[in-house]
Amino acid sequence: MSAWSNINAIVKRELGGYFTSPIAYVFLVIYLLLTGFFTFTVGSFFERGEASLVSFFTWHPWLYLFLVPAVGMRLWSEERRLGTMELLLTMPVTTWQALVGKFAASWLFLALALALTFPVVVTVNWLGDPDNGVIIAGYVGSVLLAGSYLAVSSMTSAMTRNQVISFILSVLICLFLILAGYEPVTGLLSRVASPRVVEVVAAFSVMTHFEGFQRGVLDTRDVVFFASVMGFALFATGVIIRNQRAG
Amino acid sequence: MIKVENLVKAFGPKLAVNDISFTVERGEVLGFLGPNGAGKSTTMRMITGFIPPTSGRITIGGHDMLENPLPAKRLIGYLPENAPGYADMTVHGFLNFAAELRGLQGEARKKSIHRVAELCLLTNVLYQTIDTLSKGYKHRTGLAQALIHDPDILIMDEPTDGLDPNQKHDVRNLIKRMGENKAIIFSTHILEEVEAACTRVIIIDRGRIVANGTPAELKARSPEGRLEDVFRAITLPDTVKA
Repeated sequence: MSAWSNINAIVKRELGGYFTSPIAYVFLVIYLLLTGFFTFTVGSFFERGEASLVSFFTWHPWLYLFLVPAVGMRLWSEERRLGTMELLLTMPVTTWQALVGKFAASWLFLALALALTFPVVVTVNWLGDPDNGVIIAGYVGSVLLAGSYLAVSSMTSAMTRNQVISFILSVLICLFLILAGYEPVTGLLSRVASPRVVEVVAAFSVMTHFEGFQRGVLDTRDVVFFASVMGFALFATGVIIRNQRAG
Repeated sequence: MIKVENLVKAFGPKLAVNDISFTVERGEVLGFLGPNGAGKSTTMRMITGFIPPTSGRITIGGHDMLENPLPAKRLIGYLPENAPGYADMTVHGFLNFAAELRGLQGEARKKSIHRVAELCLLTNVLYQTIDTLSKGYKHRTGLAQALIHDPDILIMDEPTDGLDPNQKHDVRNLIKRMGENKAIIFSTHILEEVEAACTRVIIIDRGRIVANGTPAELKARSPEGRLEDVFRAITLPDTVKA
């Protein structure tokens, strides 16, 4: 019981922190502007003439590449910079409760940002007759994708008290997670490596696993992939924090 | 209440804390003295469970800090060095958060926030954010947070640092008053503070305890009866290599 109330207290504090500072509003506005820009202008939503959100979801791995680390970079580096980490971890709270609470709060915030894109769903339903199952699958995939990037950001944020370094590191790692399965890269790789190797490398990519969701397929393997990226990155965050405290 | 046995902390090859042992009972106020870098903060961080010792044992109210940290941490109120706080939170929000993590609910939480706000003279800044506070208020907010659950043990790292003389006087009196039924450890550079508030003094130098006694006992060591002479005689400036 006390574990949940601790996590709950931390989630509330973190979420409150977003909305008492301008961060939340700046982020939400930029997020919505960019999703709109990519969907309608770059993704030529109208010219496609089909009732689907393909042009909306295709851009998410790239959009999140910069936006999610921007949210996650402060998770732990800010605590270290302010010295509040000492306060938090000498409270009757375990490290994993603090970890999960902080992660969950940021994930909820990203989910809120994603939920605010509902006008595109309304638009596409008004203009045509889309498969809403596919759209829901796309949203589920997008939330999992954001969670994975966020867990990576949480890890890099625990490594340093410098938020810029934290941001750059997590963009790099997330970029790798994209490129490992990005078609131009896999195409290049298949010229020098056997198809099996290419397949193994691509299996580490969020692109490979996000694709299924975009087509409306909820494959357990894809869900397991995103869950393991999050599990691994959060576990690594815990190890990094423990090692830092041990000095 | 607090029992520290053979505490050692190494940062790489450097021994920050080198075999420290002492106990503090209820009703005692222990002053931690020592030059900068002597290991005072490191010792306090180990006692409060923020960093694990390289070796040694810490027992808080019968609970081992390393094996059973949560019950041990529940007994402690801690004011870290420089009184950190979440800059974007209001004083009330911050105290409410601390109270929640201390397991205080509903009416009890409200009452405890009210109590510490009065005790630490925070009532007129309760709804100001922490980054707008002066240093004195910020410090008292940190102190209020440490007292929110009326802990049996209070550990404070330089609680009067950066306060003006009036505020120093208030904090000292507060410590003295609370020391009657709590076990308190606080560190300081100010020698008269030790005489004013402590029942016992430990002087640490380069990770070791070099003196342990009542302020009167320590003063008796100097021909002029001044604590400062004793301090200077048994500690080295931090520029001198061990």
